[in-house]
Amino acid sequence: MEKDPLLYGVLAEFDGEHELLEAGRRAYQHGYRHMDAYSPMPIQGMSAVIGFPKTRLPLVVLIGGLAGCFGGFLMQYWISVIDYPLNIGGRPLNSWPAFIPVTFEMTILCAALAAALGMLALNGLPRPHHPLFNAPSFAGVTRNKFFLCIEATDPKFERDQVRRFLLSLNPREVTDVEQ
Amino acid sequence: MSRNDNQERRGRPPEPVSVEVLAPGHTFATVTDKISSIVLTRRTPLYWLVGLGFALLLVMVLLTAITYLMGMGVGIYGVKIPVGWGFDIVNFVWWIGIGHAGTLISAILLLLRQQWRTSINRFAEAMTLFAVACAGMFPLLHMGRPWLFYWLLPYPNSMQVWPQFRSPLVWDVFAVSTYGTVSLIFWYVGLMPDVATLRDKAQSKTAKVIYGIMALGWRGSARHWHRYETAYLLLAGLATPLVVSVHTVVSFDFTIGLPAGWHTTIFPPYFVAGAIYSGFAMVLTLAIPIRAFYGLEDFITHKHLENSAKILLATGLIVTYGYAMEAFMAWYSGDKFEWYMTSWRATGGYRLQYWLLILCNVVSVQFLWFKRLRRNVPFLFVISFIINLGMWMERYVIVVTSLSRDFVPSAWRPYSATIWDYATLIGTIGFFFVCFFLFLRLLPMIAIFEMRELVAKAEGGKR
Repeated sequence: MEKDPLLYGVLAEFDGEHELLEAGRRAYQHGYRHMDAYSPMPIQGMSAVIGFPKTRLPLVVLIGGLAGCFGGFLMQYWISVIDYPLNIGGRPLNSWPAFIPVTFEMTILCAALAAALGMLALNGLPRPHHPLFNAPSFAGVTRNKFFLCIEATDPKFERDQVRRFLLSLNPREVTDVEQ
Repeated sequence: MSRNDNQERRGRPPEPVSVEVLAPGHTFATVTDKISSIVLTRRTPLYWLVGLGFALLLVMVLLTAITYLMGMGVGIYGVKIPVGWGFDIVNFVWWIGIGHAGTLISAILLLLRQQWRTSINRFAEAMTLFAVACAGMFPLLHMGRPWLFYWLLPYPNSMQVWPQFRSPLVWDVFAVSTYGTVSLIFWYVGLMPDVATLRDKAQSKTAKVIYGIMALGWRGSARHWHRYETAYLLLAGLATPLVVSVHTVVSFDFTIGLPAGWHTTIFPPYFVAGAIYSGFAMVLTLAIPIRAFYGLEDFITHKHLENSAKILLATGLIVTYGYAMEAFMAWYSGDKFEWYMTSWRATGGYRLQYWLLILCNVVSVQFLWFKRLRRNVPFLFVISFIINLGMWMERYVIVVTSLSRDFVPSAWRPYSATIWDYATLIGTIGFFFVCFFLFLRLLPMIAIFEMRELVAKAEGGKR
């Protein structure tokens, strides 16, 4: 079947989060994989239902935190022991108990930056324009509307079949989304 | 991300949202419209303009004070030998302390799965950010050469010197900058979905573009929400030890030193509890007028005010314990300098400030044992001012009395603040309120998407 290059996908609007969860589950069972659900607030279990159970973000945050920890300590060590040692009463140059507060703060700082920037990067944000904003009713997604979109890149995508499938899930409305 | 989700996973039906944290009858649409209409209205309320105008006057006082300081030097303040730290450090600790409640509400109450954090966390986080901004001014202003403040940062320089990492003053630089940065990140991440709401609802082109840029393209995708919730929970988990560590490091400014009354291990927990105490008092000072002027009693209910009052009572009791332990250990240790400091505080030249502090922090909070008073909104408003005054007094007494009379009587001198000390303090209060008023006008003061989660649990998801 010819795929229309100007079509991003088919969008269906649902009444609430329970209907959306059910629709997502049925779409996944039907074999669709390139799809996403859109809601005005997070819905527990939604991303798992459409086939996206785990994110790598915690690993990113851990790496950020460890980088901050080792970086912070090594910075202090290099400064206080190697580059600018100060002989204060003959005390040990590697005064590691005194280095703990700064090391701790650097860990938290780098982990927090990793969490925020990692989340944005993994989400592909900032992305000011997206084909979905072409759909007129989509602006309601940040107020009280729930959507499921099956994308044209899905191997099983065929516009009329997808439309019929989505209509069978009892949506409020089904529309095409242009690129 | 709440008690209900845990129960759903265990197969029990979720608890309904207590009517006490959200008035019944709300839908996703009504909570969204109520909160966003405050920002998107084209008619700026008169009371907002009056408040902002007054705050801007105080900012002019601040600018005058700072300019005079830069021109004439730190001598315009009351600090001299032996009291080398005065209002500058007192104000710094006071402002940082106020900031801590915002992070507690956002982060710690999230981890403890408390539903009552939802309608107050956004403006409390904003309060934290602006309080940290005010606090951060003081370490810079109190330097003899403030234009050289960047020497505290470890940057490679032509003088081939580095900061002294064994000093709590350098620890402060890292702690306070980390706290400011992480608070900003946490606040901004929380704002993104709500700014997307404003982007989609705004009528004016300028508003749409600006909110659109700030929203970074948020579109409510389930995959994005999943990573978002993960990031938010991790940030909360990071912010919790951070908030405890920041005020601990601030208390180290004192504990690392030797003056009597400073060199005590009770300070870190007592400072952190005191910070939460004054922070929640400021939250009440802000929440009570906000809910009245903006008609948000459905969202910020009596339950929120009562729970804040309970936290005030708990932290006030911890602070009382801190005072009692300080006095007890001063006597029990047998150290004549500690004992002199304790008895002089109560009977000497600063006894007025000391007993005022006891009255404001210890005595006044005992009224909160009574439920009728915890539910009395005007009473809570008045007591929030009293507690903030008392906490300011506490820092004043700690800093000034210990320095004014230390080990050698020939070095004893009194301290008194000058008009410029007061001007700078009042000026920063104005700066805080200017920032806060701008926040109220331009950004959603309650977390809209989190309120929708509450609505979903309460009403079974009405549109």
